[in-house]
Amino acid sequence: MTTEDRLYTLIAELTYLCPLRCVYCSNPTNLAAHPDRLSTADWLRVFAQAAELGALQLNLSGGEPLLRRDLEELVAGAHALDFYSNLITSGLPLTRERLVRLKDAGLSSVQVSLQDSIASESDRIAGRTSFEQKLEVARWVKELDLPLTLNVVLHRQNLGRIAEIIALAESLNVDRLELANTQYLAWALENRGALLPSQAELDSARVVAKAAKERLKGKIEVLFVLPDYYSDRPKACMSGWGKRYLLVTPDGLALPCHLAHTLPGLQFDNVQERSLDEIWHHSAAFAAFRGEAWMPEPCKSCERREIDFGGCRCQAFHLTGNAANTDPACGLSPQHALISDARAAAQEPQLIPLGLRYREIRR
Amino acid sequence: MSAAAPSLELKPKLAPKTKLRLDPKSGKYILLYPEKGLLLNPTGAAILKLCDGQQPLSAIISALAAEFQSDPELLRVEVLGFVQGLLDRGLLQAAP
Repeated sequence: MTTEDRLYTLIAELTYLCPLRCVYCSNPTNLAAHPDRLSTADWLRVFAQAAELGALQLNLSGGEPLLRRDLEELVAGAHALDFYSNLITSGLPLTRERLVRLKDAGLSSVQVSLQDSIASESDRIAGRTSFEQKLEVARWVKELDLPLTLNVVLHRQNLGRIAEIIALAESLNVDRLELANTQYLAWALENRGALLPSQAELDSARVVAKAAKERLKGKIEVLFVLPDYYSDRPKACMSGWGKRYLLVTPDGLALPCHLAHTLPGLQFDNVQERSLDEIWHHSAAFAAFRGEAWMPEPCKSCERREIDFGGCRCQAFHLTGNAANTDPACGLSPQHALISDARAAAQEPQLIPLGLRYREIRR
Repeated sequence: MSAAAPSLELKPKLAPKTKLRLDPKSGKYILLYPEKGLLLNPTGAAILKLCDGQQPLSAIISALAAEFQSDPELLRVEVLGFVQGLLDRGLLQAAP
């Protein structure tokens, strides 16, 4: 590791349980293998250890973090450590009274997900009636003067309504709008055929998002995250492996990213057995893809190797079978056809949207 | 692009979504907001500490000129550019 590897953000995935069944959920597909195993005291200890390592941001995430009955206590603990705490939620199940308690406990901001601008479509993608409740929660957040981010995951079944989605965000007076194209891993990879947009669909949406970004400057921060299937160069996934982020799963595994525990051959430590300091500095799994020693060509001699760090290790593994390969999203990858073939297939019109596979507990 | 510079009468204040705190690891101030942080140099930190929504930019510039003993004209350009950038990003707001 280098002196530049500095933890800024702890992502606490408090539980993988969730009332929604989103077809692009970023949780691993073997949810049942990672039950909730950490107590309130465990999480508070992890927060303190992360702060000691330098973390300033805390994402309280999941699954649905509201399902933790001790969330108020966890927020208060984060507040005592001076974290900027961000609750990343579906908005279910929540009452206004509980949101007041979370605010009083010191919560810094709230991110609510919405699946579409139309109730029936939003509920269809979420696999559950939830649209109206989400809007209600967004309104409560603003009424309580908490900063509100609206997150909408984009794909070919909602990209055509990006203008309506932006208008809805404006009517809710959100502070920040994340228009994030689906990252095709985990559940989203299983649904890729139904979700991956065509070039034309993406280009039209991009124009609308860009205009909104300029128009709303200073009022709403609009982010439009391109899908790496169309970018020709990979994303700097997590700003580099073990560089800025550390994620803890519901069962206590400390990971460099959301799906690192799906990579074979890496032994991730549990926060119940080792401190975050030991894990960050000494764990072999965190060291595995730090720096450049692990890189194959074309990464090794690429001038972008310190910009994108070879892309996403999980995408490399789930598409090519080897986590140490160049991310196939890169146009220079010898296996880029895995991406370009999927992209070519997505140019065909889908008169009837393909069926969707919902997130579910598989035993 | 907004070429406009803010008026010297404008009273900037930190947006509610931000949190200004010291980063113990670097010894620098950092402006935190959802998912991100802006590490500040000493001038940037000094500017933001004065952005309380009470004082206009003209007073902020005078106070900084005294604190840093720098040329008020150069400082004015630096402060106005910095403040406009943060207004555009919604990290600063104009107080009524």
